Amino acid sequence: MIFLGTVVEESVTTCIKAVRTLDNELAAQVLDGDTKINDLEVDVEELCLKILALHQPVASDLRFVITVLKMNTDFERIGDLACKVADKVILVNGTKKITGSSLHTIMPHRFDEMFGATQAMFSSCLDAFVREDSDLAHKICIMDDVVDQAKRAIRLELEEISRNKPELQPYLPMILSIARGLERIGDHSAHIAEDIIYMLQGRIVRHDKEL
Amino acid sequence: MTNEKNAVTSIEDSIVQVRDLNLFYGTSQALFNLDFDIPRNRVTALIGPSGCGKSTFIRCINRMNDLVDIVRIDGSIQLNGQDIFAKSVDVIDLRRRIGMVFQKSNPFPKSIYENVVYGLRIGGVTEKPDLDEAAVVSLKRAALWDEVKDRLHDSAMGLSGGQMQRLCIARAIAVAPDIILMDEPCSALDPRSTAHIEELIRELNGEYTIIIVTHNMQQASRVSDYTAFLYEGELVEFGKTKDLFTVPVEKATEDYITGRFG
Repeated sequence: MIFLGTVVEESVTTCIKAVRTLDNELAAQVLDGDTKINDLEVDVEELCLKILALHQPVASDLRFVITVLKMNTDFERIGDLACKVADKVILVNGTKKITGSSLHTIMPHRFDEMFGATQAMFSSCLDAFVREDSDLAHKICIMDDVVDQAKRAIRLELEEISRNKPELQPYLPMILSIARGLERIGDHSAHIAEDIIYMLQGRIVRHDKEL
Repeated sequence: MTNEKNAVTSIEDSIVQVRDLNLFYGTSQALFNLDFDIPRNRVTALIGPSGCGKSTFIRCINRMNDLVDIVRIDGSIQLNGQDIFAKSVDVIDLRRRIGMVFQKSNPFPKSIYENVVYGLRIGGVTEKPDLDEAAVVSLKRAALWDEVKDRLHDSAMGLSGGQMQRLCIARAIAVAPDIILMDEPCSALDPRSTAHIEELIRELNGEYTIIIVTHNMQQASRVSDYTAFLYEGELVEFGKTKDLFTVPVEKATEDYITGRFG
């Protein structure tokens, strides 16, 4: 499970780097790594099912296995989302170049904030899980708001670009899709954090408004 | 945390109220200050390692321990508000109101029919239509009717182990008890017969108060609404089964149900 987590973490890091530098090679690396994530996901699921069937765990053991099962699904989806974002990077680069415009200049400023928060959220999930740290898990849930706000701001920036530089319009849906993909990675990281809280405290906080 | 260590205040409708119960075998104390309520028409499981006092406790409820000379009991058990240890209590009547099913099925060497109606006969019921009706209803409730309806007057000793155990349950419910005590009712049965008994317990849930002693943790979690964990004669934790098996409050409970005990 930890190994799967580190593979997904690497995929998220590479994907963010690919977006930051609009680098096709890095994007291709993310796409290549997805098979490994999918295989590991199946391995972890099979192991969890075996434990459930043969050992019938209860109490903290049950919460641990259930949390791993749920995290496993989120890990795999995060891997898929990293691929989707990487796909968009390749698409952006493949779109016919617009004379006089550097691609980097059309990336909204709030992306920097989103990169940092998304990556920190996922890495913190692994830390919270390994260190059994429910305080850190709570912090991850709160960090999701930062990512959501950044995504909303990026959307507004893109709308403004669309109005002021109509020639850039072909890129904008792809860039918005990248922002959406990163935001979804943040959402899945928040789900993982909620599951870690359940594992540690036995409380289902998914719909807890205080978080 | 959602569950409670002691559910005395959380059970709205309890049938048995145990208060400060201590039991001694001679000078050796087996139960210590048990204090909890047992909910009416629900299944309560008692779990704990061998020798922790589970069977001793349920044998207090129908005063089976009266038969052991060296037993001394302090504290009280109230059944529907009446102290079962009071001198005015008719023990025979108490045991009619509290049926018991044992680890090893114990049908009488009589016919299936006579086993079921035995309690009614000694309770004074003589009319054949009444006995017939009770036999049919009880065997149906015990999920045994379809298997024995054509051989009601055959010997009960020819039944399989699982059928005998269901017959004992039919015998217990024929006299319409308030409570059915089950002391490891499936420990001598194969998985299929165990599944029959568990299904039966679930069907009786809501109509009868069932208190079951079991060493099988999965069985406790499958069939019961409430679980009490006893250790060395003390009640460590009592709560809703779904809470106790997912988020136990006490570390000792956690250690026991996850197999890390000792």
